[in-house]
Amino acid sequence: MRKPIMSILSIIILASLVLSGCATPTPEIIIQTVEVESIVVQTQVVRETQVVRETQIVEATPVPVAEPAAASYVRNETLYVSGAAWGPASTWNPFQPGSLANTTGTLGYVYETLFAFDPMTGVLTPWLAEAGEWADDLTYNVTLREGLTWSDGQPLTAADVKFTFELGQKYNAMWFAPVWNYLTGVTAVDDTHLTFTFVDPLYQEWANNLYNIPIVPMHIWEGFTEEQITVGANENPIGSGAYLYETHAEDRNIWVRNESWWGIDVFGTPAPTRIVDIRTSSNNVAMGMVIKGELDLSNNFLPGIATLAQKGYVDTYFAEPPYMLSANTAVLFLNTTKAPLNDAAFRRALAFAINTPDIVNIAYAQLVAAASPTGLLPTLGKFDDQEVIDRLGYSYDTDKAKSMLAEAGYVDVDGDGFVEAPDGSKIELKVTCPFGWTDWMEAINIIASSSQAAGINIQAATPDYGAWNTELQSGTFDMTLNNWASMSNTPWTLYNLLFRHPIQEQMQSGNFGRYENQAMFDLVDALAKVPATDEEGMKEICSQIQELMLTDMPVIPLWYNGLWAQFSSSTWTNWPTETSTNPTLPTTWSGYWQLGGLLTLINLQPAQP
Amino acid sequence: MNRYFTRKILIYALTFFLAVTIDWMIPRFMPGDPIQNMLSRANVNADAAQVMYTYYAHAFQLDLPIWQQYLNFWGALFRGDLGISIYLFPTPVAKVLMRAVPYDLFLLLPAILLSWWAGNNFGAFAARSKWLDNTVSPIGYILSATPYMWLGIFLAWLLGIVLNIFPIAGAYSFDLQPSFSWKFIGSVLQHWFLPFFSLFLVMFGGWAIGMRNMVIYELEADYSHYLEALGAPQRLVRKYAFQNGILPQITGLALQLGVIVAGALVTEVVFSYPGIGYLLLAAIQNQDYFLIQGCFLFIIIGVLIANFAIDIIYILVDPRTRRGMTGETA
Repeated sequence: MRKPIMSILSIIILASLVLSGCATPTPEIIIQTVEVESIVVQTQVVRETQVVRETQIVEATPVPVAEPAAASYVRNETLYVSGAAWGPASTWNPFQPGSLANTTGTLGYVYETLFAFDPMTGVLTPWLAEAGEWADDLTYNVTLREGLTWSDGQPLTAADVKFTFELGQKYNAMWFAPVWNYLTGVTAVDDTHLTFTFVDPLYQEWANNLYNIPIVPMHIWEGFTEEQITVGANENPIGSGAYLYETHAEDRNIWVRNESWWGIDVFGTPAPTRIVDIRTSSNNVAMGMVIKGELDLSNNFLPGIATLAQKGYVDTYFAEPPYMLSANTAVLFLNTTKAPLNDAAFRRALAFAINTPDIVNIAYAQLVAAASPTGLLPTLGKFDDQEVIDRLGYSYDTDKAKSMLAEAGYVDVDGDGFVEAPDGSKIELKVTCPFGWTDWMEAINIIASSSQAAGINIQAATPDYGAWNTELQSGTFDMTLNNWASMSNTPWTLYNLLFRHPIQEQMQSGNFGRYENQAMFDLVDALAKVPATDEEGMKEICSQIQELMLTDMPVIPLWYNGLWAQFSSSTWTNWPTETSTNPTLPTTWSGYWQLGGLLTLINLQPAQP
Repeated sequence: MNRYFTRKILIYALTFFLAVTIDWMIPRFMPGDPIQNMLSRANVNADAAQVMYTYYAHAFQLDLPIWQQYLNFWGALFRGDLGISIYLFPTPVAKVLMRAVPYDLFLLLPAILLSWWAGNNFGAFAARSKWLDNTVSPIGYILSATPYMWLGIFLAWLLGIVLNIFPIAGAYSFDLQPSFSWKFIGSVLQHWFLPFFSLFLVMFGGWAIGMRNMVIYELEADYSHYLEALGAPQRLVRKYAFQNGILPQITGLALQLGVIVAGALVTEVVFSYPGIGYLLLAAIQNQDYFLIQGCFLFIIIGVLIANFAIDIIYILVDPRTRRGMTGETA
């Protein structure tokens, strides 16, 4: 009697003893979880809201009381995605900065913009607007489409657009309030025609705003207080978009198709009836779900995905390395206020010392591509001045770095294997990135070791995000990685990050290395004011910026972070790949819906009709 | 008796005050600035950043002098206001906790209680079986150094992916809407099992090792030998050993129940199960002062209540304490 019980129990105890004593988190665990967070940052995510009780209320409506079975979504009508949200949803306010990511789709599914932007072709494409053009240098005319409606049935008119833009004039806390530095007024000519008037407009930024400012319904928002508009959670959002908010829980957001969307006539009906946006707590989980076929599209960074793609588990945009499209540029900022980084010759030598091929091939297992020395994404490649790159570009070459250092007077005086500054002082530099961003942590290790090989004493360090961010903005770092310029319609976005001015005590959004050069600042300002249609004018200024940048080397663009996307065609097909005729971006990241993310959904087709 | 409780309550009140003060201070000592972090993640238009910084600092009252923030904090606390989460802006901290903590209770309560019950019984049983003790214990001790993370991933991989018996993510199936139906409840239990089972295994092992050591120790104690010498039946001796061995285990149980609000971070991460552990980690990384404060406030309260409960339970289960107390009041 006793013996069998004993042996069963002993098996259990055997297994359990394996684990005993691990009830408290061990360091390894923390590393893992932090890694999770890292992605949050890189995709610019944050936020949460409503859960259990509310979902039950919502659920009560669609489920007939008499039906005993739970309402479940039909697999081939539902799209499962992950990789955008990293916490519970907390806000559906399209104006709230940084809030959108955990409810990614608030701007995209629910709220829409006047224009969309196709990064593949570099063209602003009409969305809510039918057309938009500069009547003269200071007047911009927008024509809205006919028959636009809000999801509550009210018409969407020029008055809504005017109301939305004027929110920025009324409230300083709106992220687009600065547009009113050069926008002087908005006039609704009739229901579908608007005129914007300007003084000294920043044409490039304006074009960017056209596809980033979400239009909200005046008939609802005019009743809101300032607090509701600027920081309110805006639960149960009413927008004009292709999907409606249905429900959410701690680990998911669910959107249902808007059957009366105005765009069905224009773009076609989006195929998935429902979109379930899943929050995974770690990339391991996302990987498991991809393998099990539970995710149709994963926008997580999965380091081993190349292997799975080769085995046919998933598809990626490119069938060959780098597999992923490029989303932004990882740039090494150098603190130009500190010796020896205040010496352009030293900075240029450093650019040759860094082993970018290893970063691409080892740290990322070929999931990324090395960056152009100009830092511009491939989609903006037409603004690269090849002549300047041929003359001043850099590539990994330890010997060349050594000789450049020697030429500039940096030699190893005390024989410790590392060069000293021309004045004889020792050089000890730190390269940093936030702790837990595992791919970047590996990258800075490679930066440090390859620089050491060239004789520059650089050590890698990984403070936590808060400490890193403080060092970054207050300018106390030596050198650090940053990628805050996202995919854009204009090279100005990147150059505004790299050469942000004026230099202030806190640099919150660019030029962290405090590179001070009025000539460069003037060029960036001039670029901002070139009309977006004047491509030749833009190229000319970009070429000058690139010349100055590569001569002075205040920043070193290294590689392109990928637009991580792995998708499965088992339920949904027609995903964009390099062979598609008009490929769009396969992503659900916040801020990319207007860049083609939504069109990707619209183009999907069921695998079994 | 009264004097005993008055003194205890005074000590607890003082501990609460100090602990909550430290809870308030520690996040503020961390390097970095929560609002800067929040805005940096938002990728805000450069010109707007400065204005918005001021705006949010004001909204969170972080622009006030530090002593005033401290006083306001206590004021708000007594009104039951835990503030607004920065990481999950603009959700109130109380709401964040209300939504996430039930998942942890659902997971941890059964895991802690069942493992405690089973672990103690099995530990006491193993202590009197030579072969079980000789084979299981050494392996157990070696393996107990294995990180829980590995176990979790291993279980998820084996049962979730290879055998495909259990789901590996979520609180219930991603194609279900919550409802009071068998299908939904079944899905909830199915998703709950792996996180629960992995926690149960870990805790079971811990309790069992503890109890086994305790019982062996007690069986070697003088009173056991004395009882044996008197010819008392083995069962009686073991009963006394068990009763003495259980005392420290009760303390351990109470303390585990006290920190239940902290959630089960690793479990939540490995199985992508909702709960407060993951949010607390995110709060710390985002320097979300208010969410950190809120979580730790409940942990402090939990630990204090647990301690208080232990004080009372000891009086009930340990005759020595009882005697000491009556001696004191007499």
